[in-house]
Amino acid sequence: MSHHLVIRVIAKLLIPFILLFGLYVQFHGDFGPGGGFQAGVIFAVAFVLYALVYGLDNARRIIPDRYIRAGIALGVLIFAGTGVVAMFLGGNYLDYSVLAHDPPHGQHLGIFVVEFGVGLTVASVMVAIFFAFAGRGHKIDEKEG
Amino acid sequence: MEWPGLFNYWIVIFLMMAGLYVVMARANLIKKMVGLSIFQASVFIFYLTMGKVAGGTAPIVIPGNPVYSNPLPHVLILTAIVVGVATLAMGLAIIVRINEAYGTIEEDEIDQQEHDS
Amino acid sequence: MVLTVLLIIRLHNLFAVVMLSGIYSLLAATFFVVVDGVDVAFTEAAVGAGISTVLMLGALSVTTQREKAAAKSTLVPLAVVVVTGAALVYGTLDMPNYGDPEAPIHKHVAPRYIEDSLKETSVPNMVTAVLASYRGYDTLGEVTVIFTAGIGVILLLVRVGGRRRREDEDAA
Repeated sequence: MSHHLVIRVIAKLLIPFILLFGLYVQFHGDFGPGGGFQAGVIFAVAFVLYALVYGLDNARRIIPDRYIRAGIALGVLIFAGTGVVAMFLGGNYLDYSVLAHDPPHGQHLGIFVVEFGVGLTVASVMVAIFFAFAGRGHKIDEKEG
Repeated sequence: MEWPGLFNYWIVIFLMMAGLYVVMARANLIKKMVGLSIFQASVFIFYLTMGKVAGGTAPIVIPGNPVYSNPLPHVLILTAIVVGVATLAMGLAIIVRINEAYGTIEEDEIDQQEHDS
Repeated sequence: MVLTVLLIIRLHNLFAVVMLSGIYSLLAATFFVVVDGVDVAFTEAAVGAGISTVLMLGALSVTTQREKAAAKSTLVPLAVVVVTGAALVYGTLDMPNYGDPEAPIHKHVAPRYIEDSLKETSVPNMVTAVLASYRGYDTLGEVTVIFTAGIGVILLLVRVGGRRRREDEDAA
């Protein structure tokens, strides 16, 4: 798709807003519709769009495979780690009430951290899956290049 | 029985059965995956239909004293959708590998190749 | 939605089928808004209509675009589907009406979530509160499933380029 000028320019304009919207959905999920699952997908869509328009190799250069794989593992680790931290602070596993001075704040903090973990894993997995499919056979690039 | 009554459930059952039919009657593996996701979406619709309360609003706390719909089905389905796409990707990945091994994604052709060898 | 599904059954062009399944997801998302599932609608629109369509197109581009005409007999599946559907319809006759506030589903744990979640977690969005706090184990399990699926896809599809590159480096 590299010769489609309009698509390239529009994609370049859109991607920052998609990323910003992803962050908004992630961190505003406590108050409005949104949360880790949705934000992860929206975040991944920005990278998928970039890879579709500018080619897979450029996208790989921006976000190398090892970061994606680290992100997949790190998200699960943040989620499970929050539970372990709660256990060390004297609560049950995944009981966020002990994370701050009073239970509601602790719950809020815990939910926030856990949603971040979810978002990280979902975004990384979606990007990884897309790269895996697109990297197979390279027919996508040929058709659109 | 006032409208819509049980009508929603019947639509869900129709969609579900359509998905099931695609999975059973079509030999193409990708079409089977599409059928599976139709089936899946119909289950999502079923859950959310059950969670609806007449005159209710979305389960986000707002001032006043409104009636909220049941948040529990929403939570279950929210996670199920994302897990659904992950498993869909897994299935498609296996299909891609099958295509590389057999050169086809039609079930009966794969069967035939297995018998010939 | 019914029309979309019927077209999916009829058509043999897989590209059209995949596009229709994206439309089907979008329609499902609008339905979710109608029944107050804003979070779910959000997810379905992003995942069902966005990511899974892209993934299926990716799979199509490395396999084939057309489905061959079904050689199988369609009579047996049709019979099974009709019988199952009839049994399910019979089952729905006992279900509460759409939107009935007295339905059993609204009587068990939901009132506690609705009344206490703001007090206990200070998060106004009940779906987020229930998702991450009350049903934290559940969500942890789901994230693990996604994690496993991601690893599985990488294992299945990514060529062992790492090893080859290392051999090249050794040779160089």
